[in-house]
Amino acid sequence: MTRLRPEDVDLTTVLADAHLDNPVMTASGCAASGRELHQFFDVAELGAVVTKSIMRDPRSGRATPRMAETPSGMLNSIGLQGPGIDSFLATDLPWLLQRDARPIVSIAGGSLGEYAELARRVGNTPGVAAIEVNISCPNVENRGLVFACDPFQAARVLAVVRRDTPRGVPVFAKLSPDVTSIVEVAAAVMEAGADGLVLINTLLGLHIDPATLRPSLGGVTGGLSGPAVKPVALRAVWQATQALPSVPVIGVGGIRTGADALEFLAAGASAVQVGTAIFNDPGAPVRVIRELRQELAARGIAKVSEVVGRAHPSLHPPSP
Amino acid sequence: MTPVSAEATTPRGPLQVEGEVFSIKRVGDYFHLTVVADGIAERARPGSFVALSVGGPISGALLRRAFSIYRVRPAGVYGGTVEIVFAAHGPGTTWMAQLSPHDPVNVVGPLGHPFAQPLEPVSCALVGGGYGSAPLFALAERLRERKCAVHMVLGAATESRLFGTLEAKRAAQSVTVTTVDGSVGIKGLVTDPLPALMTRNGIEVVYSCGPMGMLRAVTEVATAHGAWSQTAVEESMACGIGVCMTCVVPVVGDDNVTRMVRSCVDGPVFAGDRVRWDDIGTVPAGTHGAPRPGRPR
Ligand SMILES: Cc1cc2nc3c(=O)[nH]c(=O)nc-3n(C[C@H](O)[C@H](O)[C@H](O)COP(=O)(O)OP(=O)(O)OC[C@H]3O[C@@H](n4cnc5c(N)ncnc54)[C@H](O)[C@@H]3O)c2cc1C
Ligand SMILES: Cc1cc2nc3c(=O)[nH]c(=O)nc-3n(C[C@H](O)[C@H](O)[C@H](O)COP(=O)(O)O)c2cc1C
Ligand code: FES
Repeated sequence: MTRLRPEDVDLTTVLADAHLDNPVMTASGCAASGRELHQFFDVAELGAVVTKSIMRDPRSGRATPRMAETPSGMLNSIGLQGPGIDSFLATDLPWLLQRDARPIVSIAGGSLGEYAELARRVGNTPGVAAIEVNISCPNVENRGLVFACDPFQAARVLAVVRRDTPRGVPVFAKLSPDVTSIVEVAAAVMEAGADGLVLINTLLGLHIDPATLRPSLGGVTGGLSGPAVKPVALRAVWQATQALPSVPVIGVGGIRTGADALEFLAAGASAVQVGTAIFNDPGAPVRVIRELRQELAARGIAKVSEVVGRAHPSLHPPSP
Repeated sequence: MTPVSAEATTPRGPLQVEGEVFSIKRVGDYFHLTVVADGIAERARPGSFVALSVGGPISGALLRRAFSIYRVRPAGVYGGTVEIVFAAHGPGTTWMAQLSPHDPVNVVGPLGHPFAQPLEPVSCALVGGGYGSAPLFALAERLRERKCAVHMVLGAATESRLFGTLEAKRAAQSVTVTTVDGSVGIKGLVTDPLPALMTRNGIEVVYSCGPMGMLRAVTEVATAHGAWSQTAVEESMACGIGVCMTCVVPVVGDDNVTRMVRSCVDGPVFAGDRVRWDDIGTVPAGTHGAPRPGRPR
């Protein structure tokens, strides 16, 4: 193994039809629409900026407290607060495009009709690198059950989004780890037309206030994120890529360093997202790019694609 | 009403700085921490805050802790410094209390929307609860530069939880102290002496920083006297930089519509009469984007 110079490592990444300069993105909901982070680094340096899940209508979100710190992580119960698609398309998305950033727009809906409308409006906006479909939302037409928890409902969402998104704009399904078999949901959404997967969304958790002995969060339960969930996310990426080897996967959950990102690539992810780590270090996404370059160079790996899936003995037999 | 403007600032925007503890001192029940962190001083404005990481590089406590800026010194013989005053409250601040000179501390700041300052030389009351007095001293200095009369009211549960009563005597024309237990000053709350003080001095702007309950009561007094109020709120924050939406409070806009507004970027300082104090911890009916009755979300 010969060491390379970090600058000689080729980080370019292809995800379905999306061509990215590097495999590092922000995670939805942890970077808003990029504007605030642009004070700390140039958002155009990222492989992509994944925007906060946008809904059709403006949304107030849940009552506070909306967060609780937990060991190596946190719980959040934001409730998808956002300005609605009109305002997003009028101000947030143009801002990103003007800065030459690569936007991946996360959409969320309460019904199939809402997802379809969002897919049409976002997909027809020039410059959108991909659509990420957040299906961890209650289905108002099905007793409020979360789409992501039922392979059939999850597949229906991806089918309408794929149908209504122009060709050439890849559609990624973001899955919840709170299911019996993530492989079953992954297979269902791929069958329905998704171009790839984003693994994972947060895990449902609870925090008790030691003073009142009641749940701390206004929304009672919240989503667990941060390094605490990294092993769960790695497992999900590994299982999905083991079962569906040709599917492009974006790994997310607890990534804080370039070494963490490398583990996700080895587990089968073609790209990664950085979320909660931003709250600790606003420069984390660009630091992860730099560190990933160094990790690959130190191992003599010239191209990021060479390391994707290394952890799978069946796909990559260890070289003699 | 007095027209008020935030100052034009150069340079702008927050920095992330790997700083170093210059000194840490006990002051009553609090700790006064001075950190060498270049570049923050030049950008800080009265009412802005810093967010410190806690627990060291392999810490499992990921979220930064927010502290009002007490004082700053631009770079000179030593690097620029930023000073805060904090209470050892939970695990993160208890860890901070153990810091020693030369220990590394990572600082993000200055953050948030600062106190707006009057354009005319009016009389101002600055009301601080506990460590909430910390950001008021820099504000007092700026107000005096603008020829404003400055009156300070500092309150706490007990004497050891007051901060800066001596410094207040240099910073203000008058200083009124209250403690709940009567250990020093007037026995009672800051809002007990405030109405008479406002009348006596013709106060037009009331600035306050402290617990939410105090801010609400101070705003009521200010509004009843026809004065303008500026309150620095303290809401739990995950990111401190405006990306996560955890730190919201219900605030009424110029269009009379209530919105859940981020206190880390649109605050921590808000016009007191715009904050729906009674509804903090809820999403009041009619809020922009709130669930409508009969429509499940
Ligand atoms: C704008 C602003 C200015 C502040 N200024 C000061 C100051 O000058 N001096 C001072 O002593 N304290 C100040 N605080 C409160 C300080 O941030 C908390 O006391 C501190 O975060 C508690 O951390 P901990 O680890 O000790 O407690 P923990 O309870 O272990 O904290 C757990 C989590 O909750 C958050 N949290 C807990 N209490 C608060 C709180 N009261 N406000 C916001 N977040 C909280 C922490 O950031 C952390 O993420 C300020 C808070 C804000 C938002
Ligand atoms: C405050 C916060 C808000 C989030 N909002 C969204 C969201 O709007 N849409 C979404 O798909 N995921 C959202 N997530 C989940 C993240 O995108 C990510 O999947 C998860 O946090 C795990 O990654 P991390 O450990 O790097 O944060 C949010 C996470 C956090 C912490
Ligand atoms: S603390 Fe994250 S938006 Fe205010």
